[in-house]
Amino acid sequence: MGRKLLFEHIDKPGIRGLEGYRANGGYRSVEKALKTLSPEAVLEEVKKSGLRGRGGAGFPTGMKWSFLAKPEGVPRYLVVNADESEPGTFKDRYLMERIPHILIEGMITSSFALGAKVSYIYIRGEYFYVARIMEQAIAEARAAGWLGKNILGSGFDHDIHVQVGAGAYICGEETALLESLEGKRGNPRIKPPFPAVKGLYDCPTVVNNVETIAAVVPIVNDGGEEYAKIGIGKSTGTKLISAGGNIKRPGVYEIDLGVTCDEFINSDEYCGGVDGRAFKAVVPGGSSVPIVPYELFLKTPAGENRLMTYESLSEGGFAQGTMMGSGGFYAYNDAQCIVRSTWNHTRFYHHESCGQCSPCREGTGWMEKVLHRLEHGEGRTEDIDLLWDIQRKIEGNTICPLGDAAAWPVASAIRHFRDEFEYHVTHREKVKDPKHFAREPFRKSAKFATA
Amino acid sequence: MSARTRPITTTEGTKPFSFSEAGLAECKALMARYPEGRSKSALIPILHVAQAENDGWLSVNAMDAVAQVMGLRHIEVYEVASFYSMFNLHPVGTYVLDVCRTTPCMLRGSDDLITHLEKKLGIHAGETTKDGMFTLKGVECLGSCGTAPMLQCGAQFHEDLTIEKADALIDQLRARNSRTNYTDR
Amino acid sequence: MAKVTIDGVMIEVPDGTTILQAARMIGERNKADRHVVPPAMCYYTSLKTSGGYCRTCIVKVTKGSDKDPRPMPKPVASCRTAVMDGMEVANTTDPGLVDARNGVVEMLLINHPLDCPICDQAGECHLQDLSYENGKEASRYEFERRTFDPIDIGDTIKLHMTRCILCYRCVKVGEQLTDGRVHGVINRGDVAEISTYIQNAIENDFSGNMIDVCPVGALTDRTFRFASRVWFTKPVNAHRNCGNPRCNGHVVLWLKGNEVLRVTGRKDMWGEVESFICNTCRFDKKDLAAWTVEGPRQIDRHSVINQGHYNLERKQALLTSPAPNVPELAKRKELKDR
Ligand SMILES: Cc1cc2nc3c(=O)[nH]c(=O)nc-3n(C[C@H](O)[C@H](O)[C@H](O)COP(=O)(O)O)c2cc1C
Ligand code: SF4
Ligand code: SF4
Ligand code: FES
Ligand code: FES
Repeated sequence: MGRKLLFEHIDKPGIRGLEGYRANGGYRSVEKALKTLSPEAVLEEVKKSGLRGRGGAGFPTGMKWSFLAKPEGVPRYLVVNADESEPGTFKDRYLMERIPHILIEGMITSSFALGAKVSYIYIRGEYFYVARIMEQAIAEARAAGWLGKNILGSGFDHDIHVQVGAGAYICGEETALLESLEGKRGNPRIKPPFPAVKGLYDCPTVVNNVETIAAVVPIVNDGGEEYAKIGIGKSTGTKLISAGGNIKRPGVYEIDLGVTCDEFINSDEYCGGVDGRAFKAVVPGGSSVPIVPYELFLKTPAGENRLMTYESLSEGGFAQGTMMGSGGFYAYNDAQCIVRSTWNHTRFYHHESCGQCSPCREGTGWMEKVLHRLEHGEGRTEDIDLLWDIQRKIEGNTICPLGDAAAWPVASAIRHFRDEFEYHVTHREKVKDPKHFAREPFRKSAKFATA
Repeated sequence: MSARTRPITTTEGTKPFSFSEAGLAECKALMARYPEGRSKSALIPILHVAQAENDGWLSVNAMDAVAQVMGLRHIEVYEVASFYSMFNLHPVGTYVLDVCRTTPCMLRGSDDLITHLEKKLGIHAGETTKDGMFTLKGVECLGSCGTAPMLQCGAQFHEDLTIEKADALIDQLRARNSRTNYTDR
Repeated sequence: MAKVTIDGVMIEVPDGTTILQAARMIGERNKADRHVVPPAMCYYTSLKTSGGYCRTCIVKVTKGSDKDPRPMPKPVASCRTAVMDGMEVANTTDPGLVDARNGVVEMLLINHPLDCPICDQAGECHLQDLSYENGKEASRYEFERRTFDPIDIGDTIKLHMTRCILCYRCVKVGEQLTDGRVHGVINRGDVAEISTYIQNAIENDFSGNMIDVCPVGALTDRTFRFASRVWFTKPVNAHRNCGNPRCNGHVVLWLKGNEVLRVTGRKDMWGEVESFICNTCRFDKKDLAAWTVEGPRQIDRHSVINQGHYNLERKQALLTSPAPNVPELAKRKELKDR
């Protein structure tokens, strides 16, 4: 069993309130940073920790912070990305709901390092009740002097505001989030300039995921080097994985980066194995990452055990690997239809495209229509190549990575499960029954030429 | 769904709208939170307030009132309101049932749940029952995939649903018969 | 200054110049080098923050700069990417890029209606040009196309949303030229539309410029009399003493005999107006006597009108599959215009 850094005290009574949180060592990182460290020293610890962004891209946080422009007389902002809309991901909600103060603590310490006097938490609108929990926790922290002017007599002022969204996955993209926070449509900005130079209200801004900012707390408490001792290679520390799909024990798990994929999916400490059937496929990092067959999830193409790390999961490249993404993990049993799931994924991206750039605006809808036709027994063999071609023409040609995110699930599904797509063309009548594979598990080796 | 269907773009036949005193005070407080000259940032939070005070949807009258309170052009408000899927641009029922239909929920049976609800309520996703009690809305991943299938009504998440649990919930809501807003405290 | 090479042609340009601007400078320097210029459907030099949306202007940066010669991993929008000293760019010389651009053009066309034969813009439509040069023989899109009813926004402008490619240019005109934008983009994704939401008239001294910046036939001039195929009209340069301080009165009159059918701004070889004109010049001065005619207008634009290869059947085949019933469409149009 690995060490818990964020969830260490999650089951302690009263941990949601300031008093309970304090009683379990809360706000020590603020005391340590504001009383004994300089902002540069905090940044140094974060760099040493090797912490990588937990929102999806896995960009080194220390490096991101060091890019922040610091022109004289211009305010800087920290914005916490609590939009959490990546399908399969529910760790940020879990964390904010249960230990809201760890996020506030992380925000104060991080803002001290960044020199931000004001920070915002952008929470998706559907989490309205979570926003209320955060607001209440902020009020508690303010009343106790953790926020406000001259915190702990250090001369550092800080305040936090909670902003709610209103239902748009794209607002998780950092520049769309900033637009939305400015009261506009959530259209991603064209980069450059990057937020580190021109972000919120045209001021230098750092956008980080909830979990990333929460991880700053143990990093400052125990030191970056201590944090970096957990994990393997460039995947340091612990990561929250939201586990769902056809597993026995769904939930949010804090894992040491580096546990084997086999242990994660099959041990009773985590997912507990399949829910009664056999595993077919896994999406380990949220719907935007490539889907991989179960066997390829367990072993890398070289035949080694795959590990839950950024590097190991992507080993084999796009053809045979996948990605850590946001840690939105979901597994498929053999009753599930990959074509149906791909159609559902694409429906999602079609629904969530902001519509600014033509390949994504038009291409996502086109793919959805073709997939709908295939899944409902109206498809043709050429449709599979057509889909391949459409996704190829979206990927890499759009303003923001949503286009890529829409393309990858389609590409990987066709790559690994082409036989299922073909089955949908050769067995049109069978697939008209929405439960087609629930009765007849689909085996990759099975021959369907007859029947 | 609201972002999918063309909105109601006329004031004809809709109620006049003005903020309640408490609502107006909340708007003012929200606008004051942002730096000088940046009060437009309060637009989305204020639209939530307006929607709650206008029976759960945004009519042109309600959006125009928001524009007036905030000193914005009307089109700026329409543009934003029509972008976000939580803003309803058509009237909705007393209860809006947001049922998650995204892949991780699908893996755990959301298709069956949606089909059942459609049959039980006699409407398709996106529609409102004739008695004005329920609006069924298919929504995207609500961050509850580990406790799927699920639906949201007001601020409340109803998780680990079964057909029986969903039936019980519908009955219970019908008996209570009072509007829920996700903004309710 | 920065040296940049596009499709093998080098030019030195001031720092901060975009790749698109540098390419246009090459094209202006030597007509034979025009092939280096990427097509641009949403960028408009005189509109701030325009560009980046349509993705037709994408190019491949094969060498980042002298300092950092690494190629850029993805195609970039040339209209929004500044040159670096030593940068090398492929516009038509990289097969992968050409393929990617064809993909973008295909996307722009999948929901575009099949109504070129009845569209006022036919013959001066940038999308028509683009599909001619980058399009496939036939569309692979077999689903019902998105349609909207045309609406009149005020007495002077008609919006055919069905034809819109969401380039945002008209929105920028509303924001930057008029004293208050009343129209914008509502909804999102592929149901996003240009709208006033409630049927607001766009009444503003400079609103008519939206018609000129619209690259397709989505915004058209309701005062265009006897809407006529542009290639049957004769364009002449003309001016008048316009009282509006922001309008210099320099226009193009589109004549049939001595009748002024339409007034527009003067477009340069890239299809952009040289200066914006006021609504009085555009909509109210339909009497030749109100104007001083300077002489016939050379159409220099890289366009189907002047390249003599405008052929309706061929165009139709490019844009649509199967070919629509042209007489039927024309009849519908007549009915609508009544
Ligand atoms: C379409 C799209 C959706 C995204 N959604 C989220 C999200 O919901 N939450 C999040 O933290 N990051 C999301 N991201 C990633 C953010 O853009 C950004 O990289 C992240 O917030 C940076 O924080 P980190 O460095 O701490 O990971 C999304 C990115 C894209 C392209
Ligand atoms: S890729 Fe899609 S979501 Fe991103 S800017 Fe383009 S249209 Fe919008
Ligand atoms: S109406 Fe014309 S100018 Fe406006 S966005 Fe559409 S295509 Fe562009
Ligand atoms: S997919 Fe339904 S809550 Fe995530
Ligand atoms: S002209 Fe550059 S993206 Fe449209």
